Amino acid sequence: MKEVNAIGLSCPQPVIMAAKAISEGEFPFTLIVDSAASCENVTRIAEKKGCGVSTAESSGSFLMVIDKK
Amino acid sequence: MKVKSLFFSTRLGIIVAGLIIGTLAALLPVWGNPANMGICVACFLRDITGALGLHRASAVQYIRPEIPGFVLGSMIAALAFGEFKARSGSAPAVRFVLGFFAMIGALVFLGCPWRAILRLAGGDLNGITALAGLASGIAIGVMFLKSGYTLGRSHENRMGAGFVMPAFMVLLLFFFITGLLPLFRSESGPGSMNAPVIVSLVAALGTGFLAQRTRFCTMGAVRDVILIRDTHLLSGVFALFAAAFAVNLILGRIVFSFALQPVAHSNHIWNFTGMLLSGLAFSLAGGCPGRQLFLSGEGDGDASVFVFGMIAGAALSHNFGLAGKPDVLVDGVFKTGGVSPAGAAALFFGIAACLITGFTMKEKSK
Repeated sequence: MKEVNAIGLSCPQPVIMAAKAISEGEFPFTLIVDSAASCENVTRIAEKKGCGVSTAESSGSFLMVIDKK
Repeated sequence: MKVKSLFFSTRLGIIVAGLIIGTLAALLPVWGNPANMGICVACFLRDITGALGLHRASAVQYIRPEIPGFVLGSMIAALAFGEFKARSGSAPAVRFVLGFFAMIGALVFLGCPWRAILRLAGGDLNGITALAGLASGIAIGVMFLKSGYTLGRSHENRMGAGFVMPAFMVLLLFFFITGLLPLFRSESGPGSMNAPVIVSLVAALGTGFLAQRTRFCTMGAVRDVILIRDTHLLSGVFALFAAAFAVNLILGRIVFSFALQPVAHSNHIWNFTGMLLSGLAFSLAGGCPGRQLFLSGEGDGDASVFVFGMIAGAALSHNFGLAGKPDVLVDGVFKTGGVSPAGAAALFFGIAACLITGFTMKEKSK
């Protein structure tokens, strides 16, 4: 599974990385961020682009699995 | 304590936050702040810079309690919701320079994006010119973002490092309230006008709390529309404007004009260019001045460096007359305000610095 690492990056970069990965069409893929704000932003954009997002939080990091609905 | 709340991340959540913040921002001038200056991060930081004696413009010196309120309100929210995280290391020196020039641009216009919105909500049509400049600057920033611009990754620090800005704010309040330091204070001009300290502080604590939860950002609102066609943040900013406009309308405080607005000038070229520089610097740094304060409150050392850059910008701006001069009426003769030659030069240096930053800070190709 493709992995996108956005740890330490602040928005909008995780969102840009998510949008790029979505447009490349390789589903499902994982995206990891380390702020709740980035997690919310990526979730909003992914859902807007017709994707489903499942998130697991572990010690301040958010592992998001993004798949086509 | 860790409480999860989904409400604030919804569109309704940010609209409600915008309505509350807009109402408070329109009421603060009623309670004593300068007109159309319920919230102005640039102006308030400039006033604090003056109160510390880092510039000697006697009309703009006051420890505005709103700034500590924003930072500490955000800190309280971040701690309560388990989001406080000490982090830094993403090109801090570049962020200092961006903060410095963002302030130079804002002070040429005489306001940050927050005040541009609030000035418009009070009938000051120069807000339109400024917001057009802001959007243009952000659009240039988006162009860089699309071509791989990045300031790089931040890294987690030890917890204590996240409290630098909150501690600075507590110290400011301490010395202000106790009078232990002979801080500078304006006897006339905008720096002499203020809402009661406790009112300013409580309103700002609430604003900081709400803004941290909703990720409120006046720059991000425009950027997200251009970059990803997302209107989430913009809906909050519209709500802020609508609430402030409604309060001003009810209280009869709206006067539509370009000329002779309070603490403002109607020199369109410099209003536009000043805000263009600010918008570009904010977009390269990832947040408007309010957002930088809220991030500082949740442990972001890089945002704190941006804020210190703004303070340095305010100091130089007023030590060397780079800030905009308000419109004046002398013996019945109207004189348009504007900017000194040095101020104009500073703007162009700032735009050049931002463009160089945008072109050179690129993701390394793998």
